[in-house]
Amino acid sequence: MFDSANIIVGLEIGTSKVCAAVGELNENGALSVIGIGQSKSRGVRKGEITDATAAEEDIRNAIVEAEQMADVEIRSVYLGVTGSHMRGFNNHGVHPVVSADREINEDDVQDVVRNAKAVNLPAENYVVHAIRQHFTIDGQRGIQNPVGMLGARVEIDVHVVHGNLNRIRNSIRTVKGLQLEVEEVVFGGLASSLAVLNNTQKELGALVIDFGAGTTEYVVYSNGVVKHTGVLAVGGDHISNDLAYGLKLPLGRAEQLKLEHGGASMDEALRGKSIALTNEVGLPARNVNCDHLRRIMSLRIEETLQLIDQDLARQGLHEYLRAGVIICGGGARIPGIQDMAERVFQMPVMLGQACSINGLSDALKQAEFATTIGLVKFGSLQHKSKAGKGGLLTGIKETIGSLMPGRRG
Amino acid sequence: MSAFQSDAGGFASKTLSIRVFGVGGAGGNAVTRLLLNPPGDAKLTVLNTDSQALAACPVPDKHSLGAADMRGLGAGGDPGMGQAAAESDEERLKEMCAGADLIFIVAGLGGGTGTGASPVLARIAREAGALVLAVVTLPFDCEGSRRRKQALLGLEHLKAEADGVICLPNQKVFKLIDENTSLVDTFEFTNELIADGVRGIWRLVTQTGLINIDFADLRSALKGRHAESFFATAEATGPQRAKEIIEKIMSSPLLEGGEMLTGAQSVLVSIMGGSDLSMAEVNRIMEQVNRHAEGAHLILGAAIDAHYNQRLSVTLVASRFQVEAPESPGTIESHRSVAADAPEMETHFLKRNESVQHTQRFVAPPPELSAEKTQELLQARGMTGGGRRRKSANSFQQQLPLEIVSKGRFEKSEPTLHKGEDLDVPTYIRRGILLN
Ligand SMILES: Nc1nc2c(ncn2[C@@H]2O[C@H](COP(=O)(O)OP(=O)(O)OP(=O)(O)O)[C@@H](O)[C@H]2O)c(=O)[nH]1
Ligand SMILES: Nc1ncnc2c1ncn2[C@@H]1O[C@H](COP(=O)(O)OP(=O)(O)OP(=O)(O)O)[C@@H](O)[C@H]1O
Ligand SMILES: [Mg+2]
Ligand SMILES: [Mg+2]
Repeated sequence: MFDSANIIVGLEIGTSKVCAAVGELNENGALSVIGIGQSKSRGVRKGEITDATAAEEDIRNAIVEAEQMADVEIRSVYLGVTGSHMRGFNNHGVHPVVSADREINEDDVQDVVRNAKAVNLPAENYVVHAIRQHFTIDGQRGIQNPVGMLGARVEIDVHVVHGNLNRIRNSIRTVKGLQLEVEEVVFGGLASSLAVLNNTQKELGALVIDFGAGTTEYVVYSNGVVKHTGVLAVGGDHISNDLAYGLKLPLGRAEQLKLEHGGASMDEALRGKSIALTNEVGLPARNVNCDHLRRIMSLRIEETLQLIDQDLARQGLHEYLRAGVIICGGGARIPGIQDMAERVFQMPVMLGQACSINGLSDALKQAEFATTIGLVKFGSLQHKSKAGKGGLLTGIKETIGSLMPGRRG
Repeated sequence: MSAFQSDAGGFASKTLSIRVFGVGGAGGNAVTRLLLNPPGDAKLTVLNTDSQALAACPVPDKHSLGAADMRGLGAGGDPGMGQAAAESDEERLKEMCAGADLIFIVAGLGGGTGTGASPVLARIAREAGALVLAVVTLPFDCEGSRRRKQALLGLEHLKAEADGVICLPNQKVFKLIDENTSLVDTFEFTNELIADGVRGIWRLVTQTGLINIDFADLRSALKGRHAESFFATAEATGPQRAKEIIEKIMSSPLLEGGEMLTGAQSVLVSIMGGSDLSMAEVNRIMEQVNRHAEGAHLILGAAIDAHYNQRLSVTLVASRFQVEAPESPGTIESHRSVAADAPEMETHFLKRNESVQHTQRFVAPPPELSAEKTQELLQARGMTGGGRRRKSANSFQQQLPLEIVSKGRFEKSEPTLHKGEDLDVPTYIRRGILLN
């Protein structure tokens, strides 16, 4: 058995799969993933739980599988959350330094972060993250760590990610129902970006897109910090649903067809061809036109990428993306999505792999594990910052207990 | 990501070139109304075969049609003459249409000029590359069946040429006003409605505000659809205005008490308010529209105008497309085993008549229905407020398919709305791409 203090578990309750990964921090602070568990997800739509009973069972299966593989008992998780209700924006906080010697200390930093976090949001909203961008001391911008510096006024820019309190509680409640503690909730897109980007890419500026089954999240980095985040409640399920509708197939068939013959563009080799479908006894039932299949798919994928592109254009972020676009999530497996994205964004596009953790086996580098692996990574950063090394995220951590009134324990 | 819901950033729509043509006597009168409170920098033009009527019209930009052959005497109620007049002036009309992005054609159908010339103008405008929307009236019942037939025939021609035709049956307008109103006042009232409709759509594509509609959005929603549309407009003030305005719209006889919405494939909503207009109000209105027009492609624009202090105005255009769907969803037989593995898709066709065009709705494939389920569904529909159409005047009544519009996989989740567009509807349908 391992020392549970060094065990970090990430849990993504995705629309198509529930996935749990177990990470272990060794005494040198190095992280390795020692187990992963997966289950088909049946109680989630568009990234949010719609059937708690089914979700609970799927989570249990994923957790048990991860426990067996890692040979640990899982007691708490870093929980990924997403959904159309989640939003991100940049905010600013100001704090006068009160100490007589004007030396900025850790308390000043906490205070200015708290100010930046105190955004005027409706009561039903919950701030999931206030991610530090940079500090300004007496008007001097771009300071990374102000502790120990001298100044009268310290300011901070943060990227705030918030969501609907009740909808976030919904996920937490389901996890707690399984006697698991939630260490922290983490925006799924942020987790994915932690898994697939290296520091150089964050510095140069990059867009990470997690194209999932129910949602597509995206995160923009520049100068090493998070500049923008977004969620579209559109994903692979929409592709399947479009195909079911357009080709007049049941959803299950459409999904299967998408996986076997799908692609983001028209393939010359397929032009004019059709796919013969068989019925339950294996006899030919009807033909599906390949042109239609690809046309329906490519329009949806193109539109989804365009919506992100338009949002970036509105935010004026294109010029910051010097390392290009990285796509992860199951959508990264769609043949031709890379070319399609290069056309839409007019910049280099790569398919993401969970690369930021050493020693991951190839099986764990798959694009759809990005969120889960990223959650482990997130947890490890929190661990380290607690140990005083300073992490990416704000030190202020509201205990999850405060999210769940009356249901502690 | 805040930018996904609203966008205050300027959209350079101000450069759109918009022209409004009033054709014939009624068209001229409606454009005159528009002149009193003109929509921005839209260019207003009146065309008529009747030089006397033209002379009396206060719109500065007016042109006689077919002056060479008709000597300015009007088309005398003969659409053939109206058509010939417009065709003889084709070159001039072409010049007028050149460079326009959006062209409105306003006319009263039933006479000779409006009925005959409008389809010609629509074709020329379309060929010039503009999005062509016609706003027309249909005659009163009391004008007789010949005019009525003539008007309906003209409507068909117009639908074939224009991207969208918005219909205002004069007889229905009658229900909006006091029975004892004179015919002239009724006309005036209709003219104001037409002007409102044109202003509403103009606003939708030009004004920036809470939610902008791109002209491209409107274009892609309507271009080539040959839609037949119905519209309603309402205003309200006070704290309950959002609720009130929806009630007004839904009870409008122009929308058959909201039933025109039920069958619509596309609904344009233009909301205008003062600086007190809130996103919550916009949402409330859209929720209601969405409920009534389930499965329709919603196009929403909301704008702020300082003059609208406390006042809220909504223009709604509900359209049914004339283009046949690629295949009728009802014609594909699905075998039982296949149907069984798609439990989320609760779409049911009880009766289907191939001649009725309701095929472009967002409907998933039909699983087989048991007799009990059929009964259950019929009852459910009865409880939710009755059939699609009440009026027995409608000869389709017995044959109309009863369908429950399904969003397939997304039935039970919150719709994914982006700028008023329902992204759960397949992209290819929203873009109007035909599979064939
Ligand atoms: N709403 C409204 N409808 C009108 C008005 N004048 C006429 N109509 C209607 O429009 C139809 C066509 O009338 P006109 O527009 O006068 O006819 P025209 O197109 O000029 O054709 P000709 O007179 O035959 O050259 C009539 O049958 C009426 O139903 C008007 O001022 N307002
Ligand atoms: N080869 C492929 N072609 C097309 N789609 C694919 C392919 N492989 C996987 N997908 C799609 O990717 C999606 C699953 O991605 P992923 O596992 O990232 O989603 P998720 O995490 O369960 O969902 P979400 O994060 O949206 O809640 C499914 O819709 C699946 O159909
Ligand atoms: Mg995911
Ligand atoms: Mg006349």
